[in-house]
Amino acid sequence: MNKKARRKNALVSSPYMVWIAAFIIIPLLFIVYYGFTDGAGNFTLEQIKSIAREEYYEALILSLVLSIISTVICLLLAYPLALILRNMNLSKQGFIVFVFILPMWMNFLLRTYAWQAILDINGVLDTALSAIGIEGFNIINTPAAIVLGMVYDYLPFMVLPIYNVLVKIDDNVINAARDLGANFWQTLVKIIIPLSKPGIASGIIMVFVPALTTFVISDILGGGKLLLIGNIVERQVKADNLNQAAGLSLVLMVFIIINMLFSGKDEPDIKTVKEGKKNEKLR
Amino acid sequence: MGNKLIDLQGITKSYGKQMVLDDLNLYIRENEFLTLLGPSGCGKTTTLRIIGGFESPDKGRVVFDGQDITDLPPNKRHLNTVFQKYALFTHMTIAENIAFGLKIKNKSKAYIDDKIKYALKLVNLDGFENRMADSLSGGQQQRIAIARAIVNEPKVLLLDEPLGALDLKLRQDMQYELIRLKNELGITFVFVTHDQEEALTMSDTIVVMNQGYIQQVGTPEMIYNEPENAFVADFIGDSNIIPGTMIEDELVEFLGTKFRCVDKGFGNNKPVDVVIRPEDVELVAPEKGTIKGVVTHLIFKGVHYEMEVMAGGFEWLVQSTKMSPVGAEVGIKVDPFNIQIMNKPESEDEEAVGVDE
Repeated sequence: MNKKARRKNALVSSPYMVWIAAFIIIPLLFIVYYGFTDGAGNFTLEQIKSIAREEYYEALILSLVLSIISTVICLLLAYPLALILRNMNLSKQGFIVFVFILPMWMNFLLRTYAWQAILDINGVLDTALSAIGIEGFNIINTPAAIVLGMVYDYLPFMVLPIYNVLVKIDDNVINAARDLGANFWQTLVKIIIPLSKPGIASGIIMVFVPALTTFVISDILGGGKLLLIGNIVERQVKADNLNQAAGLSLVLMVFIIINMLFSGKDEPDIKTVKEGKKNEKLR
Repeated sequence: MGNKLIDLQGITKSYGKQMVLDDLNLYIRENEFLTLLGPSGCGKTTTLRIIGGFESPDKGRVVFDGQDITDLPPNKRHLNTVFQKYALFTHMTIAENIAFGLKIKNKSKAYIDDKIKYALKLVNLDGFENRMADSLSGGQQQRIAIARAIVNEPKVLLLDEPLGALDLKLRQDMQYELIRLKNELGITFVFVTHDQEEALTMSDTIVVMNQGYIQQVGTPEMIYNEPENAFVADFIGDSNIIPGTMIEDELVEFLGTKFRCVDKGFGNNKPVDVVIRPEDVELVAPEKGTIKGVVTHLIFKGVHYEMEVMAGGFEWLVQSTKMSPVGAEVGIKVDPFNIQIMNKPESEDEEAVGVDE
C-alpha cells in the first residue's frame, strides 16, 4: 500500500477511531481506575477482593452455571437447526433465517416481559396446562426460567454464525467424505463439525458473554430473588458505589477473556485467511 | 477391454420441469477410459453423479458389476470420485486426507502408511505428508484428490471436470499424467469434460452428449472423422457445415456446385448437411478449384494459418500451413473422402447446432 492510500485509509477510518476511543477505550480505563481505587481515589485491591464475599461469590457461581447451561442448550439446539437450514433449497433457507431473526426486531425487554407473562403463576402457560389437568407447573422465579429466557433471547446469536460457516462448506467436500465411505455420522463428526469450528466459537462467545453479564433476564424472570453477578453490579451502580461495581466487572471480564481464549483458538487467524486467498489466486 | 462394468439402463432425471437426462442408456467396460463430453447443461455431470450415488434417477437402473446399485448410498459403492475443484479436507494434512477412506474402513496403521507413501509416489508428490491441503497449488491439490480416491482401490474412478480449474500448460501435463495413472492402475476411468481436446487426447471412448441425450458414442477417431450429426461435427473441432442436396450416390451439390464424395445410400435429391473439416480444405489456383473465392481473413495460429474464404456465398474456414494473403483470389478443392454427408436432423434432440462453448 502506498503512502497516499494509507493516508486516505486513515482519514476514512478516523470517525471510528474517535468512536472507539470515546466509547470503548476511555470507559474501559475508567472501569480499571475505579476498580483499583476506593471512594477517595486511593489505590486498593479491596474492590477486586470483595468477590470473595459469600453473597457476591455465590452470584458469580450461579451466573457461570446458568450461562454455561444456556450456552450448551443453545449449541445443541442451534447446530442441528443450522445444519437443516444449510441443506434446504435456497428460497426456503432465506425465509427460515428471516423467521429466526424476526424476534430480534422486537425489543429485548419486551420479549423477556412476554416470557414473564407466559410463565407467571396464573399466566398463559399455567392456565393452559391447568385446563388440561396439569397443575402447579410454575418455573417463574427459578433458575430454569432464567435459563429459558437466556436460551430464547440468545439462540439466534448461536444459529447465525454456525449457519454462516456451514453454508460456506462446499457440497463436494461433504460428498467426498461420503464417497470415501463415511456414513452420515462419520461425515458429521470428522468433516462438518471440524470445518464449522469457527462458527461454533463465535456462537459460544456471542451467547456466553451476554448470558454471563445479564441482569435484565434474571430481574424479570427470577423475580429479583435470584441474584446473578450482573444484578450485583447493577445494584452497586444504582447505589452510586461505582468502585465496587467496577471491581466486580473486572473480575467478570477475566471469565469473559478466558472464554474467548478457549473458543477463539479455532477461529481462523488473519494470517491463514490471507494465505488462503493467496493460494486461491495461484490456482 | 473387458466386460460391461457399469450399465446405465433407461436413466431419466429432471429437476423440477427441467429434463436433464431422458432415457439414457450407456454401458462402460472394464478398464476403459470413457469420457462424457458436451456443453454445460448437457447432463454429463448429472450422469456422473448418478453413477457416484449423489443423485438418484427418477427412472432407470444403475447396474454395477452385475448388481443393481441404483438405491445404494455413495459410501456403499465400490467407486471413488475426483471432484471439481478438488474438495480436499482443508482442516487435515495431506496424509490425513489420503488416509480418510482407509481409516473409515478400519485398515491397520502400517497398511495406511504404506498406502499413503505409494499414492504420493504415484502422483509425484513424495514428502508432502504433513503439508496442509490449502498450502498446495491447484495442480498439486488435484493430484492429492486423485491420490485420496485411488488408495481405496476402486474399480472405477469418476472424474468430474478435474482439470477445469488448471491453467493450459498444467492441464496438458495432467492429461498425460492421467493416462499414465490409468495404465498403471488398470482400472476404469469415467471422465467428464466440456473440453473436446481433453476428450480426444485421453479417451478410449467418447460419449458426446447434448440436452440430455447421447449424440454419439465412439473412439476419438470415429467421433472426429465421422461425426454422426451436425452437433457432433460442430462441437468436436472446427467444421464447415453447409446445407446441400445429395444428387445421387457419390455426388452432392452445395453452394450451387457439384462435388464428388464417397457417401452412398442417402437416396436421390435428398437435403443433407455437408461437413468439411477446415484442414481438409485445399486452397489452389482459382482455375484449378471446384469453386472460386476470395480470402477475407487471415490469422497465424502457430502450427498453421487460419483463413476465411468467401466462396459461393459461404464463409469457409480453412486451416493450412500455406498462407494466402487477404484479398487473394483462390480456388477451393476438397478430396471426395474428406466430404462428410449427414442427414438433416429429424428429431429435436439433434437440432442443437450452435451451442458453442
